[in-house]
Amino acid sequence: MASMFNPLRLRPALRSVRAPSRAPVRFFVANGRRSSAAIQVHRDTPENNPSIPFKFTPQNEKLIQEIIARYPSQYKKAAVMPLLDLGQRQHGFASISVMNEVARILEMPPMRVYEVATFYTMYNRNPIGRFHIQCCTTTPCMLRDSDGIMRAIEDTLGVHHGETTADGLFTFTEVECLGACANAPMVQINDDYYEDLTYETTVELLKALRSAAESTAPTEGRKDHVTGNITSEGLKGVPQPGPLSGRHSCEPAAGLTSLKNVGAIDWKAGLRTDGALDQK
Amino acid sequence: MITRSIVAPRALGRVPRLASTSQRNYATVTETPKRTHGGLKDQDRIFTNLYADHGADLKSAQKFGDWHRTKDILLKGHDWIISEIKTSGLRGRGGAGFPSGMKWSFMNFKDWDKDTKPRYLVVNADEGEPGTCKDREIMRKDPHKLVEGCLVAGRAMNCTAAYIYIRGEFYQEATVLERAIQEAYKAGLIGKNACGSGYDFDVYLHRGMGAYVCGEETSLIESLEGKPGKPRLKPPFPAAVGLFGCPTTVANVETVAVAPTICRRGSSWFNAFGRERNSGTKLFCISGHVNNPCTVEEEMSIPLRELIDKHCGGVIGGWDNLKAVIPGGSSTPILPAHLCGDQLMDFDALKDSQSGLGTAAVIVMDKSTDVVRAIARLAKFYHHESCGQCTPCREGSKWTDQIMQRFLVGQGRPREIDMLYEITKMVEGRSICALGEAFAWPLQGLIRHFRPELEQRMADYADKVGGQPLAGGWAADSAKKGLLVSPGQ
Repeated sequence: MASMFNPLRLRPALRSVRAPSRAPVRFFVANGRRSSAAIQVHRDTPENNPSIPFKFTPQNEKLIQEIIARYPSQYKKAAVMPLLDLGQRQHGFASISVMNEVARILEMPPMRVYEVATFYTMYNRNPIGRFHIQCCTTTPCMLRDSDGIMRAIEDTLGVHHGETTADGLFTFTEVECLGACANAPMVQINDDYYEDLTYETTVELLKALRSAAESTAPTEGRKDHVTGNITSEGLKGVPQPGPLSGRHSCEPAAGLTSLKNVGAIDWKAGLRTDGALDQK
Repeated sequence: MITRSIVAPRALGRVPRLASTSQRNYATVTETPKRTHGGLKDQDRIFTNLYADHGADLKSAQKFGDWHRTKDILLKGHDWIISEIKTSGLRGRGGAGFPSGMKWSFMNFKDWDKDTKPRYLVVNADEGEPGTCKDREIMRKDPHKLVEGCLVAGRAMNCTAAYIYIRGEFYQEATVLERAIQEAYKAGLIGKNACGSGYDFDVYLHRGMGAYVCGEETSLIESLEGKPGKPRLKPPFPAAVGLFGCPTTVANVETVAVAPTICRRGSSWFNAFGRERNSGTKLFCISGHVNNPCTVEEEMSIPLRELIDKHCGGVIGGWDNLKAVIPGGSSTPILPAHLCGDQLMDFDALKDSQSGLGTAAVIVMDKSTDVVRAIARLAKFYHHESCGQCTPCREGSKWTDQIMQRFLVGQGRPREIDMLYEITKMVEGRSICALGEAFAWPLQGLIRHFRPELEQRMADYADKVGGQPLAGGWAADSAKKGLLVSPGQ
């Protein structure tokens, strides 16, 4: 702009005087695009390659028939998401063999299954620990000090987000809003929500999980993998999912401001009296 | 008298009218008494089990009025239900606030009954908007309200089945809901000859797998069909070509769940709450810097201050410690404290304040908040969640995220604030779904209300590093080092 009004200040010319012979250095960066927690491509590894066989258990086969029946018969492929989830639960993660098996069952091109598995963030395409710690750090949790929770997890487990502990027990992921904002900050561990956390309660929770895991072997057939519900696993000494602050659920912590006596509500008194619902 | 009335207005404009001392004559305007909203009584609450006082099973739900006379509602037919919803003034609770009765009536287009295709109601339970946690409470505590709502709304639109698309992270909620559906099937309330009305209706549950964009109606349909959730172009609208190519309507959980209660208690009861065109009760989720964050059902048009003071024990450190409020979930523009004092919480009042009610998820920030960081975090959220289908949103959300990460430390120059604003304006309306607007609006709100804070940060940074950075965050002396390569720099 300046050169337009003041032709004496020919900036490009001056610049060439200032830096006469040095060619601009450009570093060519060719690392993969990492918009999500994991890369979007598959790389064969010893624990995840197409030659590893995968079959659904007979119990899951029955479930699959039930799931497919929910969708119109000509749109069988609508069941791809529940099936991938089922495979992930059985195998521990959504490996390439799980995807291929789902494609075979639903009679769809494997690429369509890969598309789905890479689009959604809840499919773990790499092996993960027995407990998948997902810490929410989006604004409502951030305002209630999710930084402290992140720190607590890092301090206790000694890993950063996106990493698994050396013993294969914990995988730590930073995730976007999990939809429990009135109970912020919170973490999701496998399928369970732990809410209203502080630095101390998070450390305690993780320690309890570790000691419980060391005393109980993982469920048979699901070694070192996501096992789903923590309470159903019978881990001793682990707090019940939900708010860890003594709150019941989403009510105000200092005492109810509404619905103090639900039993006293006479819902019949509120019904319409114009008789519009009566049949003529 | 006539001459006075011509001359008077200018004078009246300046002199404050003293109602108590002035004499009343024929020209005196008596304003209708100002009604204050809020203070909903327990008797008028729809979601009475919000705090889990009783179980989520069918028996407890029936004890508190669910499934009461559902058969009679169904037998009244689709026209009656839709007219009831229309007169109740119910507006969609998912964020856009479109009148539900009108939306449902699009399904009963001309000659719809000659069409042999199935018709679907899809319930959007993919609650992912940061700040929002209302649908979760409905699904895990009052699932029968939702199942009954599916049946009533489905009857109004003559649907053959309902799919409830619940977000994958809500595993426990999905379990509760699935149990409720099975109970309702067993009791003959849904399925063949639902409630004995001669109407067949199925309800299915479908779990999502963690994609915010699937909360958008067309991408939700795509996702249900077993594809990546990338929004479709409209038209054709889902009411014509939707799920599996059949007529479909997507509705939010709360909208669907209140429908049976409206039919049972009457549209005039529902319409009596809130201001005109913003009627009804609403679940508000208040999070952030309040003493007691909570989810509560309140009357529409309740003043924001009353909502926070009454139910949440006030802002941490008192009302004067308030810095800003995001009134309706992350994608609505932020409101600074001076606008919050007399803000009413409804669709129109918040639109007048250049924000929106959205999902009524109030995120409160006190003076200790780094508001730039709060919004920068949202920019990161949208960068992560953009599906990558439309260029303006995919690239724009990345740019704005990168720019906000620089602004966070003040690494930029004030001119760039306008450039950021321009980017957000360029994205608005140029993407298939509303995610483009969703990431643009919070940034616009930040620039609109907190520009001095951004500029201050830049000035501090310039002092610290000794010179204002060039556009793009380059250090002031990068030209000397020969780092600049493009001619514009």
